Amino acid sequence: MKEFAASVVKEFRHIFRDKRTILIAMVMPVVQIILFGFAVSTEVNDARIAFCGDLSDSEVRKTVDRIDRNRYLRIVGRLDKPSDIEEMFRTNKADAAVCFANDYGKDLISSGKAGIRIICDGSDPNTAQMIASYLKGVISSEQSDIGIMISGERKVSMTPVVQLMYNPAMKSSYNFVPGVMGLILMLICSMMTAVSIVREKETGTLELLLVSPVKPLWIIISKMIPYLLLSAVNFASILLLSHFVMEVPVNGSLFLLSAAALVFVVTSLALGLLISVISSSQRTALLICGMGLTMPTMIFSGIIFPCESMPEILQWFSDIIPAKWFIIIVKKVMIQGDGMVSVLKELSILAGMAILLLTVSIKSFRTRLQ
Amino acid sequence: MEGNVIEIRNLTKKFGDFTAVDNISFDVWKGEIFGFLGANGAGKTTAMRILCGLSRPTSGGGTVSGYDINTEQEKIKRHIGYMSQKFSLYPDLTVRENIRLFGGIYGLRDREIREKTDAMLGMLEMMSEKDKFAGALPLGWKQKLAFSIALIHEPEIIFLDEPTGGVDPETRRRFWEMIYDTAEKGVTVFVTTHYMDEAEYCDRVSVMVDGKIAAMNSPSGLKSEYHAGNMDEVFRIIAGRAAREE
Repeated sequence: MKEFAASVVKEFRHIFRDKRTILIAMVMPVVQIILFGFAVSTEVNDARIAFCGDLSDSEVRKTVDRIDRNRYLRIVGRLDKPSDIEEMFRTNKADAAVCFANDYGKDLISSGKAGIRIICDGSDPNTAQMIASYLKGVISSEQSDIGIMISGERKVSMTPVVQLMYNPAMKSSYNFVPGVMGLILMLICSMMTAVSIVREKETGTLELLLVSPVKPLWIIISKMIPYLLLSAVNFASILLLSHFVMEVPVNGSLFLLSAAALVFVVTSLALGLLISVISSSQRTALLICGMGLTMPTMIFSGIIFPCESMPEILQWFSDIIPAKWFIIIVKKVMIQGDGMVSVLKELSILAGMAILLLTVSIKSFRTRLQ
Repeated sequence: MEGNVIEIRNLTKKFGDFTAVDNISFDVWKGEIFGFLGANGAGKTTAMRILCGLSRPTSGGGTVSGYDINTEQEKIKRHIGYMSQKFSLYPDLTVRENIRLFGGIYGLRDREIREKTDAMLGMLEMMSEKDKFAGALPLGWKQKLAFSIALIHEPEIIFLDEPTGGVDPETRRRFWEMIYDTAEKGVTVFVTTHYMDEAEYCDRVSVMVDGKIAAMNSPSGLKSEYHAGNMDEVFRIIAGRAAREE
């Protein structure tokens, strides 16, 4: 046990002595969360709305007021005529405009149907669509309120009310926090473990450890432990950041989430060991990690593209990527607040992968030694 | 014979169809400096890995330090020291941390490690360097330190795998002085080398060709046997018969 402790201490020293390693391990998660959170944000926040209509009409005033009270929308001004809209967009003074027809109030009360037009700045189509659906939601709720008020019974509203469960604000952080978590844990565990073992292979110091009485399996474990602890720190820092900075809450059980993370970390460590066995230089190891792990994780984890809209063959391919399953679990537990039962399938797949990879990698490491 | 620390009988190691070590047998006597020569690819690294407990023979057997090479690899590892041609210290650890690490993985107690550290640094006159990174030391110092660290657990045999690769002749000479001192204390030295002048320093030398031991004798014995003026000629005559390419 003392032999084992000595080699664990050594691994920690390697990590803390190397500024690049520390930088990757400690700063990268924070940078990624901040970067994805603020720079790559697709969410609508504080959209500026201009309107065009008759302010003496009390229904127009009520609708405008309602838009202004919405958390994500803000009225920035009134236009005299619809043709001014283009000027507003060009000078970037508004993101969308709402035009009320003449006799808006009268039509609304008498028939429940009134002319209203939403014009959005399509130069940013994603944002435009999102703002449009917010506005539609606000206006249709106004219409249905009037229906109740007038006749005492609810008039059939033909406009579907779109409501996003779990993520009412369409916050992109709900999507990328699980993704970044998967990416970081995998990077720390697979890449850094692989590189640290291959580095010793390159310098020949691995040989020194192997001729010592410390058993090969324990050498491997002593290499893994520091990265296991590092990933625990990263896991905690991502959770804290996403809770306090991104306001993404942990809705489900923190224990379940941590357990899933642990299984994923073991899978990644095993992958790292496997990569270290097949690669002879640090460069090869990095390349395999980059092309074989990081890129597929970015693509298939749903950080950038939703898996569901991929061709079927790619969806099958995405099934063999451990990160995909972990990210699904995180989404379910963290965002939807699901329990054990709902993630049982994903968790078993992940655990299966962990056991398989661990067996294969330890076996191949041992054969390599002989 | 009394005092054999290594006894190898009919040792063979095959990798698939390729026979790296082909039925070799030899003894190494206690306290001698045994030179293990051979061209690249002659099988000496494979044989040495088996002696160090890193690899198992395909057939044959033997003992190192009294322990069976087939079944008691862990015990062998505890009783041998090893230093390789490649850099044997961790450059990003300080001199003292390197000593601590190897003391630790060989199971020494903290107090022992502290005493050994002081004794070692005093002997190497490196007390003022103890907190420097090992990577920053001159190559000659690194080697002396690596050699002393390989002896930290007081092994009966020390394996040196081309220990003086890439060093100037003066440093090499001083390194061999350390080897002599060690052998005088009764530690058996098993050394591989490419430098034939170093082979002259050994008590006995074996030359491997194509996985077999082609010759084994004292340097002077070999020279008269092959009518050669120096070990370089001896090696060229013997290794020249090799059928196997590198």
